[in-house]
Amino acid sequence: MLIGVPKETFAGEKRVAMTPETAAHVIKLGHTLCVESGAGEAANISDDLYRAADVEVLPDAASVYSQADVILKVRAPQIDASVGNEVEFLKPGTALIGFIWPAQNEELMNALAARDVTVLAMDSVPRMSRAQKMDALSSMANIGGYRAVVEAANQFGRFFTGQITAAGKVPPAKVLVIGAGVAGLAAIGAAKGMGAIVRAFDTRPEAAEQVESMGAEFLMLEFEEEEDGAGEGGYAKVMSKEFIDAEMALFREQAKEVDIIITTALIPGRPAPELITTDMVESMKPGSVIVDLAAERGGNCKLTQADKVIKHGDVTLIGYTDLPSRMAAQSSQLYSTNLRHLLADLTPEKDGQLNVNMEDEVIRGATVINQGEITWPPPPPKLSAAPKPAASTPVAVAAPVEVETGGMGGTLIAAGVAAIALLAVGSVAPPDFMSHFTVFVLACFIGYQVIWSVTPALHTPLMSVTNAISGIIVVGALLQISSSSGFVVFLAAVATLIASINIAGGFLVTQRMLKMFRK
Amino acid sequence: MMNSGMVTAAYIIAAVLFILSLAGLSKQETARRGNQAGIAGMAIAVLATIIGDGVQSYGVLLVMVGIGGAIGAYLARRVEMTEMPELVAILHSFVGLAAVLVGFASYLTPEAHHVGTERTIHDVEIYLGILIGALTFTGSVIAFGKLSGKVGSKPLILPGRHMINLGIGVVCLVLLFLFIGQAPEAGAVETGKGWGTFILVVMTLLAFAFGVHMVMAIGGADMPVVISMLNSYSGWAAAATGFMLSNDLLIVVGALVGSSGAILSYIMCRAMNRKFFSVIMGGWGDASPSSGDGGSDEPQGEAVAITADEVAALCKDSESVVIVPGYGMAVAHAQHPVSELTTQLKKAGINVRFAIHPVAGRMPGHMNVLLAEANVPYDLVLEMDEINEDLSDTDVVIVIGANDIVNPSALDNPNSPIAGMPVLEVWNAKTVIVSKRSMATGYAGVENPLFFKENTRMLFGDAKESVNGILTNL
Repeated sequence: MLIGVPKETFAGEKRVAMTPETAAHVIKLGHTLCVESGAGEAANISDDLYRAADVEVLPDAASVYSQADVILKVRAPQIDASVGNEVEFLKPGTALIGFIWPAQNEELMNALAARDVTVLAMDSVPRMSRAQKMDALSSMANIGGYRAVVEAANQFGRFFTGQITAAGKVPPAKVLVIGAGVAGLAAIGAAKGMGAIVRAFDTRPEAAEQVESMGAEFLMLEFEEEEDGAGEGGYAKVMSKEFIDAEMALFREQAKEVDIIITTALIPGRPAPELITTDMVESMKPGSVIVDLAAERGGNCKLTQADKVIKHGDVTLIGYTDLPSRMAAQSSQLYSTNLRHLLADLTPEKDGQLNVNMEDEVIRGATVINQGEITWPPPPPKLSAAPKPAASTPVAVAAPVEVETGGMGGTLIAAGVAAIALLAVGSVAPPDFMSHFTVFVLACFIGYQVIWSVTPALHTPLMSVTNAISGIIVVGALLQISSSSGFVVFLAAVATLIASINIAGGFLVTQRMLKMFRK
Repeated sequence: MMNSGMVTAAYIIAAVLFILSLAGLSKQETARRGNQAGIAGMAIAVLATIIGDGVQSYGVLLVMVGIGGAIGAYLARRVEMTEMPELVAILHSFVGLAAVLVGFASYLTPEAHHVGTERTIHDVEIYLGILIGALTFTGSVIAFGKLSGKVGSKPLILPGRHMINLGIGVVCLVLLFLFIGQAPEAGAVETGKGWGTFILVVMTLLAFAFGVHMVMAIGGADMPVVISMLNSYSGWAAAATGFMLSNDLLIVVGALVGSSGAILSYIMCRAMNRKFFSVIMGGWGDASPSSGDGGSDEPQGEAVAITADEVAALCKDSESVVIVPGYGMAVAHAQHPVSELTTQLKKAGINVRFAIHPVAGRMPGHMNVLLAEANVPYDLVLEMDEINEDLSDTDVVIVIGANDIVNPSALDNPNSPIAGMPVLEVWNAKTVIVSKRSMATGYAGVENPLFFKENTRMLFGDAKESVNGILTNL
């Protein structure tokens, strides 16, 4: 099928839905590709780069929309006529893939359904292990988190890392990250990488481990009741009032101490919770910075203004909502890889035919309009992205580890039986036998002592060398080979032959193996 | 010519050298000297026996030793390191067969003249020597067949197999009592028709059957235990022969080898959290019914695939990589590409190490030998206990052809057939790459939840091609 990539028309949007690199992979699926001229310009991808990747470059959006069977976009299509109504361009039967946000854009959904098209929303891809590779929300959040730190550093007048220089000592910056989702973790990683002291908070207790794995300190809430903030699909949910009070007290405490606050707290389908109040902002040290990644949804701080950097007293508040777009080359690359994975699932035969298989859980979840029929919201996913630890922990505790539990009593009884058996043998056996038996028992003990000290890495050579020395049985055969009985000589000769194979083979192969071990 | 005192003295020297030989294997640095001590001990023992009185037929002797030595040398030079378990198994069978032959020869030899209790004890020794030798022989031959794929590795479960084993045991015991006191009749040496010889032959055939049946019932995953156990038996066979011939050197060596094999069996059993007895009783047969109502009905989720170039990129961006090899690496002969991968990653300043589970592969220490063959320095190769702690600080773990030894259900699912088995906790690493031919289960037939973990990526395909794929993309 012909897949078309128009230039994004949303103001300030620099991303492009397909890079030449991923285009090569998509072509392997049997598709052909075309882009609107200049689509990748803002992400530093020239038309020539597309041409080099066998992507046809078309002069304008109209020709892309009229020719292509599948349209890949980043932003949802515009329905506002003043900037060019993109929905109008879509011919019936086209498949559109991009961010749609069906819950917030009812009008757009109805307009799209009326065009009789199929729409797959990247924001509706279910959060499950298999769909991780197409989870564009996560890949964009990752970039957003990183960029948030970069923007904060840009506004912050000091080093992140502590230094002791000839010109004096510089203390490290203290960063508080609220919400340890993908964006939060990316922010922690970036801030940590720049040398700051990072603290993080999240309502979901399972986030603690992830936060600590990134090298940040997880702020624990002094709170009696156990409350798990994990909602459906691995997102956070609304917490109780007591919890929020305790949480706010913690933030108030922290605000006085830290230099930078990055908030990423979002609850699906609701306005962003207010976490940083005006008095907290005012209590911060002069020169402090707040980056509010939830600005688009009202902000975690009331003072933030979407898409703007403002000053409240001596504190800078950053409310950019286009952080991924500010790193267009990177985000285009990741986004187009997400799209590529979705396309791979949509063309299982690699024959260039799109198969919107509504039985497939991932495709079902992503498909918000199927041939003009609105299929959103999908049935709830069967599997939570992060299974609750409670389900597995009790089992882990109960895992039986079988240990030899003979105890002292058993050992004593065994020793007693062995001693009596020995005495019984000794009472009837001739002295000759007993002397051999002495040798045997002592040799067993020597063997026991010596073998335990053998390093496990040399167990194979140990076996081959014991193979070789058990060829000592040749001595028995040698003693019989001069018998007067022809049959005995025959038996002894064969035994000599095979024991010799053992001796030569065992020693030589051991030697060969041991030569290979080198430091 | 040496008198018997001098021969005994030579045997003492040989015995000491053999002990030093095994002691030398405690460290890689001293291992080669240990092997040389073993060779010296063997040379002294054989020479002393030959020069000592009692050996006259030098012609036959030299021819036999010459042919045997040549075959042994040829095998040693030709064998591939991946085939070491097969070689070891077949060498065990030779010791067993030699013990049988020497036992018969000792029984039939006309020079023997024991009386009274001494006779009885001698007869018991012969009987036991042949019994152990015979079952070591066929057991090892079957083990060889299973390892080389000539015999299916699935456990063969005959109906009433425990009764069969018990029956054979009882019959052998009865035959022992019948046998005691039956001297070879006059002329038996020539015709082999004596009653005692007949009993011995019947018992030998029963022991052959027992050996076959015992190893046939044991599955592929238990092979390391079986090999160690047969190693032990071959030692006991040599020791029994020593008793029969009143030869202390054979007793000492047999005891050394026997206890060595026994300890290895014990280590292997502990590494699988299996009772030695239940391994010998065969297969995973007893545990399998519980696997159905155990872990496998939990939602397994889906495995996420990854391509070789993505693995390469992942490795390049990491600080530490741990490679976990399993039998699949041996099957695919992937040890050389793996070694090359190690070199490349080390050159890029990445900390690469290997984690070896005690039962990885088909015999104790199998993986170490393969990696050594491919020139992987042995100080990079760590044991399970040494590295398990570090896995949580590892960026990428690459599992190559291993399954049960990295199965988390061993720790968190008490109903799993492998519950309690110590495993490499690879899932604690940031990312786990599993190179595997398909989603099939391992030898234990247990589903592996590792494949469905969020930080696990599956790299499907032949291990060698997959590793080569990573290499070309590095």
